[in-house]
Amino acid sequence: MQSPKFNAILSKYSTLVIFIIPALTIFTMFVVLPIIEAAYYSFYRWDGYGDPNKYVGLKNYKYLFKNKTFILSLKNNFYIIAISLFLQLPFALLVALMISDKIRGANFFRTVFFLPYILAEIVTGLIWAYIYDGNYGMVAAIWNFFGAEPPHMIAEKETAMIALYIVIFWKYFGIHMMIYIAGLQNISKEVLEAARVDGAGPVTTAWRIKIPIILPTIRLSVFLSILGALQLFDIIMPLTGGGPSNQTHSMVTYLYYFGVMRMKFGFGSAIGVVIFLICFTIALTYQRTLMRKD
Amino acid sequence: MFSNFRSYYMYLFLFLLAGIIFIPLYVSIAGGFKTIGDLRTNSLGLPTEWIVSNYTSLLVDNKFWLFTWNSVLYAAGTTFLVILLASMTAFVFAHMKFIGSRFLFNYFILGLTFPFATAILPLFLRVRDLGLLGSVWAVILPQIAFGLAFAIILFRGFFRQMPSELFDAAFVDGCTYSQFYFRFTLPLSTPIIATVAVINLVGSWNNYLLPLIMINSESLYSWPLGIMVFRGEYITDWPKILAFVSLTLIPAVVFFLALQRFIVAGLTGGAVKE
Repeated sequence: MQSPKFNAILSKYSTLVIFIIPALTIFTMFVVLPIIEAAYYSFYRWDGYGDPNKYVGLKNYKYLFKNKTFILSLKNNFYIIAISLFLQLPFALLVALMISDKIRGANFFRTVFFLPYILAEIVTGLIWAYIYDGNYGMVAAIWNFFGAEPPHMIAEKETAMIALYIVIFWKYFGIHMMIYIAGLQNISKEVLEAARVDGAGPVTTAWRIKIPIILPTIRLSVFLSILGALQLFDIIMPLTGGGPSNQTHSMVTYLYYFGVMRMKFGFGSAIGVVIFLICFTIALTYQRTLMRKD
Repeated sequence: MFSNFRSYYMYLFLFLLAGIIFIPLYVSIAGGFKTIGDLRTNSLGLPTEWIVSNYTSLLVDNKFWLFTWNSVLYAAGTTFLVILLASMTAFVFAHMKFIGSRFLFNYFILGLTFPFATAILPLFLRVRDLGLLGSVWAVILPQIAFGLAFAIILFRGFFRQMPSELFDAAFVDGCTYSQFYFRFTLPLSTPIIATVAVINLVGSWNNYLLPLIMINSESLYSWPLGIMVFRGEYITDWPKILAFVSLTLIPAVVFFLALQRFIVAGLTGGAVKE
């Protein structure tokens, strides 16, 4: 005997299962299991064929942390984070403060500054690889104009990282600016009006009122910036490919060249696990402490 | 006046910055029209002689269109399925009470902190062992998987804000959950669908690392792979490379200008709305 109520429950649970199973299966198979498998493979030496059977314990990790190129790539990631946090984000905030009000041309500037963000990393990298080219590029043209010998910025050890920072700055400050503008536009008109009546100038208003109010937005952009920097890959490939002499690797390009290209599934997985642990630790501490109230 | 003086410098600064953004784009597009010699002596100015063959030879190249078409497939397939699967899952989280729902939701959310690079080698093995390496699914399935978590959060937040009266009334009229999802939830969710679509379209269109690992036959190359191969072939023949770059640049800029409102709302709002 099937009561109507029983049917309703049956219908509810069958919908639930049908609605959730596809996403759950794909997510588990292609996100969760690979992460767990990476941890497992990282204890083996393995070329990807057959079952991993050459257990090497922590050897992959030990090798990794003794490897100068990896240590440098780790440092590069943290330099990029530092530059983003101390130069790029403050700069984005400054620009956001200038054009979040309804000044003339605000929309034009917003569009222009956001534009690099939507370009593919590969395209951005190629454009700048051309600009930095010591024979044909724009930088060379400027040097030639002053009668100086043009530098090969991305081919020389000393300047390659600087060249990379400039491109990152160019491409990503716009998204942070837009995030700040979104935050600034949510500030209530009354608060700003009250500040104006009290005789606060633009600088005081920005410093004492606007920035404290959008602090949660700033924390979010810091968070996105750190996680983005730790996974940097696409933009480095067309620009320097990690060169010259492995000076400009990020952890992910290092993983690509020394794990994937050489078919070292165990070693490559160990690199992946290190990236995972860094991202996960940062995300967790950040959410537990700074973003708790947001 | 002080404020005029201040705004004078502000505009000077803003225009200077706009110039710094524009000039690299301009020199690329103009560079595609130059001869290599012209590029060397005149990299900033307009072409001395306009060479269109760099552009036209690409536009009649079947490979160029093949790569573009593949990218369209990857982006459309990923976006459509992320929207469908994530909205169905979020619908369950928003409207159904069941044991373990909180646990399941957190399970998906965990995916947000998982860096893609960590999964890349096991992901390659999984796709290979499933026999998918030579198909579009090698790119689409992992992209869906990594797009789900954020899309589910966005959909769930939106569904929860829909008036509950609507839901109650529909149920009194004998509407089932799945009927409600298709007849009411989806049609009323266009703003959030647009947001999720933008995030996944742009992400898939520009993706490089995943197709780089998964695809080994030229017939399945996405355009970022194609352009890198092209670069490898021509090395310092910059006008050819710049022409290719510009041909991908121009549609991206036009697309952006046309749908700017949705794109900005999608990419920034998507980030902020969590």
